[in-house]
Amino acid sequence: MKRFLLFLPLLVALVVGVVLFAGIGKDPTKLESALVGKPVPEFSLRDLHNPDAMLDQSLFRGQVSLLNVWGTWCPACKDEHDDLMWLAEEKGVNIIGLNYKDNRDDALVWLDRLGDPYRKIIYDPRGTLGFDLGVYGAPETFVIDAGGVVRYRHVGVVNETVWEQTLLPVINDVQGNG
Amino acid sequence: MLRIVNFLLVLLLSGGAAAEVADVYDFSDRAQEQRYQNLIEELRCPKCQNQNIADSNAPISKDMRDAVYRMMKDGASNEEIVESLVGRFGEFVRYKPELDSRTFLLWATPAIAVLGGLLVVAGVVIRSRRAGPESPALSAEEQARVNKMLADQDKPS
Repeated sequence: MKRFLLFLPLLVALVVGVVLFAGIGKDPTKLESALVGKPVPEFSLRDLHNPDAMLDQSLFRGQVSLLNVWGTWCPACKDEHDDLMWLAEEKGVNIIGLNYKDNRDDALVWLDRLGDPYRKIIYDPRGTLGFDLGVYGAPETFVIDAGGVVRYRHVGVVNETVWEQTLLPVINDVQGNG
Repeated sequence: MLRIVNFLLVLLLSGGAAAEVADVYDFSDRAQEQRYQNLIEELRCPKCQNQNIADSNAPISKDMRDAVYRMMKDGASNEEIVESLVGRFGEFVRYKPELDSRTFLLWATPAIAVLGGLLVVAGVVIRSRRAGPESPALSAEEQARVNKMLADQDKPS
C-alpha cells in the first residue's frame, strides 16, 4: 500500500500529461459553428449586383452550396480569391457570396478587377446576416446542403489543401446522405 | 523640461482614455445599466482569445454589445439574451458555461480537490490518533538502539 502511494504522483502526472497533450496542435482561434445542423437563418437582403432584387434563404435550396463571407476590407479574402475562382471555374462549385460590412462600390470594383466566382452575392453592409451566422471574422466559408441546412463552417482562407482535405469530403458526405 | 513632462503626462492620460471602449447607450435607471454591464462582462468575444465583450474593441464585440442592448430594450431576460448569442456563436462566448454532462468535470473539479484534500487531512489525523500512547513511535528494539547511541555519545572518547 505504501509502495503504491509512492507512485501516485507519477500516475497523476501521466493523466495530466495525456489530457494536456491532447490539446496540443488544436488551433484555439477556430471555433466550431453553433449553426451546424441548423437551417440558414432567415434573411432578406439585397443582391450586390442588382440593388432592386431581394435575396432570402430560399437561395440555398436545391443544391449544395458554399457560402463565402468576404469584404474588400479583408486582406485574407484577397488571398483566397484566386482559389475561389479556381473552384468556380475548374471544379464547378456553386459559391454564394456574402459581402460582409462592405460598401457596394468597392465590392464591384474588386469583382471587376479580380473576377467574380459567385453565383449570387448577398449584400450585407450592416452585417446582420453575418451576425446571425455567427461570423466573427472574414473570410469564413460555410457548406450548406441542398435543404438549406448548414453542415460545416471553415474559418480562414480556402485554398487547394483546405478544399481537398476539408471541404470536399464534407460536400461528398452531404451529397451522399442527402 | 517641465513642458516635456507635461506633454508626456497628457499623452499618457489621453492614451488611457482612447483605449477604453466608448459606447453611448441610454438606460432608464442604474439597475438596467448595471445589468447590461454584468451581461457584457460575462460574454466572451469570439474573435479575441480571452477578452469579454466589455473590454474588447473588435467589431464583432461592438455588434454583440449592440445586440445585448437591443434585446434588453425589447424586454428579453438575461437567459434569453445569452442563449441567443450562444445560438449564433456557440458555447465559447459563455464565460460561465451551463452545468451539463460535458461541463460537469469543469464545475466539479474544485469540489473534488477540496474533498480530496479533506480526506487526506482526515486520514493523517485519524492515523496519528490511532497510533496514540498505546503504540509508541519506536518499537522496543528501536528504543534500545536509541538508548545505546545516546549512552555512547555521552561517553568521552
